[in-house]
Amino acid sequence: MTMIQISFSDRYNITPLRSLMTSAGAFAAGLIVIGLIFAFVGVNPFYAISEIFMGSFGSVYGIKETITKAIPLILVGAGLTLAFRAKFWNIGAEGQLLMGAIFATWTAQTLGPSLPSWAIVPIMFAAGFIGGAFWGIIPAFLKIKYAINEVITTLMLNYICAEFLTMLIVGPWKGKTRFGFPGTDNLPDSAILGIISGSRIHYATLILALASCLILWVVIYRTRFGYEARVVGENPDAGKYAGINFLKTSLILMAISGGLAGFAGVGEVAGIHHYLGYPASVSSGYGFTAIIVAWLAKLNPVYAILSGLVFAGIVVGGDAIQISLGLPAATVQIVNGTLLIFLIMGDYFLNHQFKIRFKKK
Amino acid sequence: MEEIIISTIQRTMVAGTPLLLATTGEVLCERSGILNLGVEGVMAVGAVVAFIVTMTTGQPWLGVLAAVAAGMAISVIHAVASVSLQANQVVSGLALTMLGLGLSGMMGKPYVGKPLTIKMDDVAIPWLCDLPVVGNIFFNQSPFFYLAVFLALVAWFFLERTRLGIQVRSTGENPRATETQGVNVYLLQYWSVIIGGGFSALAGAHLSISYSKSWVEGMTAGRGWIAIALTIFALWNPGRAIWASFVFGGIFVAQYLLQPLGISPNFLAMLPYVATLVILLLISLRDPRKLNAPAMLATPYKRGER
Amino acid sequence: MKDISKSFHGIHANKEINLHVDSGEILGLLGENGAGKTTLMNILYGLYQPETGQICINGNPIRITTPVESITHGIGMVHQHFMLVQNHTVIENIALGYKDTPFFFPKVKLREKVRKFSEQFDFSIDLDQKVWQLSAGEQQRIEIIKALLNGADLLILDEPTSVLTPQEIKELIDILRRMKAEGHSIIFISHKLDEIMDICDRVTVLRKGQIVGHADTADTDKKGLARMMVGRDVVFSIDKEKMEKGAKALSVDNIHVTGDKGMPAVKGVSFDLFKNEIFGVAGVAGNGQRELAEAITGIRKIDSGTIRITDQEITNLSPRKIYDYGVSHVPEERIRFGIAPGLFLYDNAILKQHHLKKFSKRYFLKYNQVKTHAKSIVSDFKVSTHSINNQIRNLSGGNIQKLILGREISEKPKLLVASHPTYGLDIGATEFLRQHLLELRRQGSTVLLFSEDLDEIFELCDRVAIIFDGELMGILNADDPALSDIGLMMAGSKRMAESGNPRPNRLTNE
Repeated sequence: MTMIQISFSDRYNITPLRSLMTSAGAFAAGLIVIGLIFAFVGVNPFYAISEIFMGSFGSVYGIKETITKAIPLILVGAGLTLAFRAKFWNIGAEGQLLMGAIFATWTAQTLGPSLPSWAIVPIMFAAGFIGGAFWGIIPAFLKIKYAINEVITTLMLNYICAEFLTMLIVGPWKGKTRFGFPGTDNLPDSAILGIISGSRIHYATLILALASCLILWVVIYRTRFGYEARVVGENPDAGKYAGINFLKTSLILMAISGGLAGFAGVGEVAGIHHYLGYPASVSSGYGFTAIIVAWLAKLNPVYAILSGLVFAGIVVGGDAIQISLGLPAATVQIVNGTLLIFLIMGDYFLNHQFKIRFKKK
Repeated sequence: MEEIIISTIQRTMVAGTPLLLATTGEVLCERSGILNLGVEGVMAVGAVVAFIVTMTTGQPWLGVLAAVAAGMAISVIHAVASVSLQANQVVSGLALTMLGLGLSGMMGKPYVGKPLTIKMDDVAIPWLCDLPVVGNIFFNQSPFFYLAVFLALVAWFFLERTRLGIQVRSTGENPRATETQGVNVYLLQYWSVIIGGGFSALAGAHLSISYSKSWVEGMTAGRGWIAIALTIFALWNPGRAIWASFVFGGIFVAQYLLQPLGISPNFLAMLPYVATLVILLLISLRDPRKLNAPAMLATPYKRGER
Repeated sequence: MKDISKSFHGIHANKEINLHVDSGEILGLLGENGAGKTTLMNILYGLYQPETGQICINGNPIRITTPVESITHGIGMVHQHFMLVQNHTVIENIALGYKDTPFFFPKVKLREKVRKFSEQFDFSIDLDQKVWQLSAGEQQRIEIIKALLNGADLLILDEPTSVLTPQEIKELIDILRRMKAEGHSIIFISHKLDEIMDICDRVTVLRKGQIVGHADTADTDKKGLARMMVGRDVVFSIDKEKMEKGAKALSVDNIHVTGDKGMPAVKGVSFDLFKNEIFGVAGVAGNGQRELAEAITGIRKIDSGTIRITDQEITNLSPRKIYDYGVSHVPEERIRFGIAPGLFLYDNAILKQHHLKKFSKRYFLKYNQVKTHAKSIVSDFKVSTHSINNQIRNLSGGNIQKLILGREISEKPKLLVASHPTYGLDIGATEFLRQHLLELRRQGSTVLLFSEDLDEIFELCDRVAIIFDGELMGILNADDPALSDIGLMMAGSKRMAESGNPRPNRLTNE
């Protein structure tokens, strides 16, 4: 009698091509399962998936919306590639984004009226960066000095910031011109970001996003700091042996990751809404979606541009089929979650090879 | 005045119930060494399944069973990824949350806004409920309340006073030593994840068929994340989880109480999260032995000859 | 055990081993690290599967595929690294290991049983203490209790005294003697000759995976055993140029270093190193070499004493500062400490050197220089790889080590601390490396070589120190005839003052 034996062993020749193919394969497998889920609820899977695609990339309007939604995803996602490379599990990007928005709003409201656009906008972005960086440094400090798990701290800070924001907009920052739902007054005109006409794309942030990805790529792969961050993530023991200062490295990388999320917050407030409102209106889960963006980008900030567009497309396309097929907004979450799971499983196949052996008993 | 106190405590019990259920489940899971960040998603799935099944069959308890089954089933994904595929547990758990929230939103769409006609009534325990003051607070509650406290005590008993419990705890502390002494570590971890998921789903069921008797997307409102923090707050002990959950429940209820006093409700809402951070800090300062966490939490265990 | 063989990755860990043990006797298993003792016992205990051969109990062949089965057959093992849950109490650990623990209330129900056992063997242990609070000796006792509770007739102890104080060793010996009197069999693995001679009835000696001799301890002496263990009688020295000792390079003065488990690992070690010299430290691994190397290179804290490079004190400076003073290090656990697995080869080529001016300018790394450097290491040290752009984890273990060696050596350090540098390398690479070490010596550097391979020590070193249990048993010139006793010194039985006069053995004088 012959027995089939499947064994997994570690793979030793991981090439970039194989890596790419595994990701693509995982993505495709994920899409198939998503299709099955659609079929299960009575929706034609091919129609649904093509609608998503058409909604986000099939029309000029769709593309513009996709790019708009991609801006925060790219920014936050890029920052997360740095954090995750150092194995710092920053799931507090949501809070860092909001803190950036808060700092930016304050700057705009205080200094905006008296400064021209070309002055206030950079200051606003800088303030946003500082806000996000500040919110990101706290968990880094707590982790290195007190060994407190960063998953919990970053998560808690999300909530704290959200409540803080709400407290501000229903209290001291409540807009005098706002009736009904809470929020600040509109930002002064000088602080509002310019948009590409006919769209909602606030190009300043877009340029900032693209530039950040490139700069971050240089930082990660070409600077001493980036090198040290990568070593710490790959093998902390080697980091100790190589004399790397863990505290300094962690603080810097979380400052960057938080700061980039802060940029995204500035963009949302100053570029899209023009006022600071409820947390849920400022960020619709960008901090979490960016995690998948970073993962699909294989933790490479330049790939985050493409990855951000893909997931922005899913968001926009998801909105589209909400209308046309009556599917709930939660559909996007299903797509995101399924794709992420398959990406994780794909990693396994990348790192292990399996042999099928026929054994004669 | 007395009325207010009584009703406050009553509502605290209600608020703490889902927290206790989810925390107990997560404690069981993490004690075996696996971190499951998918609680929020599984809770949502439990809520929607309980609602749908109760509405269609008219039997609330059937809804509960179905919810638990669904929660356990979906948790298998995380178990496979974390235990067998040794994947990153943080990311896998987050994926589970997204999936759970998404699936529940999709399945629940047709039921939004429809009130539940058959619901899970409060049960008054005979005789005990007639006790002055405490009678109404503790013994005239939703069955989920009794279940939550009971299960937490059972979980405590299981972990501390049974052989299997010692094995589970040892797995989370030192899987290699545990495996060497004849325990199937992978199997234990699978079951811990799956059963933990069942608890989270149970918490969700409470929300939809006992607490609010309706379904709306996002009704879990972050309770899953709080449960994860409560796990640490409770120092991975189901007994402590009981009072930790109700303390947090109290803080939630206190929001409404203290509002008339002029304290910002958002400030109050922050308190549970700030409290978690402060407590973690204090514990870490006092005893740097890793906050009592299972030593190998979230570290994939690779079975191997060398 | 008959004809047992076992290989890992093509290297024979055990080759056709035959051994037997009778009830009421203590068999010693003697050999250096890597001789195959632990592998053999792991086979007996069911953790590994042998490729050939069989195991018989009372003449009946049996198959053991898991530890549970071996426990059923009455075999118990106390591992070198305890299989204990540090955060749990004693009774919880025993409940974990005992095969018939009751399901409900195990702690309560086992208490009586454990107490009876403890009294029987005169242990006194607080069942409710957490394991991490106990000393190594007490922890070991828990392991023994576990084995005995499970009904072990045969008890295997793997290097049991390596973590014990002398007092605890005495207590352990008493326990073992009592068990022997009760009819248990014991296999005692050790590399320490005094203990083997003291405790065991018979001895089997393993070297490089094979049995090289059996003896009854009554019929042999330490010298004979030592000869079997290390396989040489006489010291050869090989042609290397005679070099005049240069100026003093390193000065280690009475340092004390604590090991991982909180016990002293280096106890008052002093020695001086000079330029143009290769200084070898011989000894079985686990006697303080790693901690000594780590103390010199700055990874481990020195509790007392000083270390100086020429006149610069480097005690407890950061690893990077010490590196900047010219000390390079090839660590013992090379892959664990020496590389970042997911990064590329050229990234790893500068792991400790990345802050140097030649590789970095202000904040940036000069990748051109880095890659050139990587290429030269690859070619000089014959690292076999498709390109330097390969991820380093794709390389084989041996090639990774060549890279690490190349990296540390090519910086022309003043002092190179090399811990078991040729371990795991093939012959060609080994020779090549040794040539490089000699070259360093020629150029005025110093090499501090930790090695278990006596061939290597004698081929390369100008002077040899022997380390045992955290102390230096002697520092001798390579051509000193007293080195014929090197086996005894490595096993702790002989101690020499630097002048070469034998000193009395501390253990027997207690």
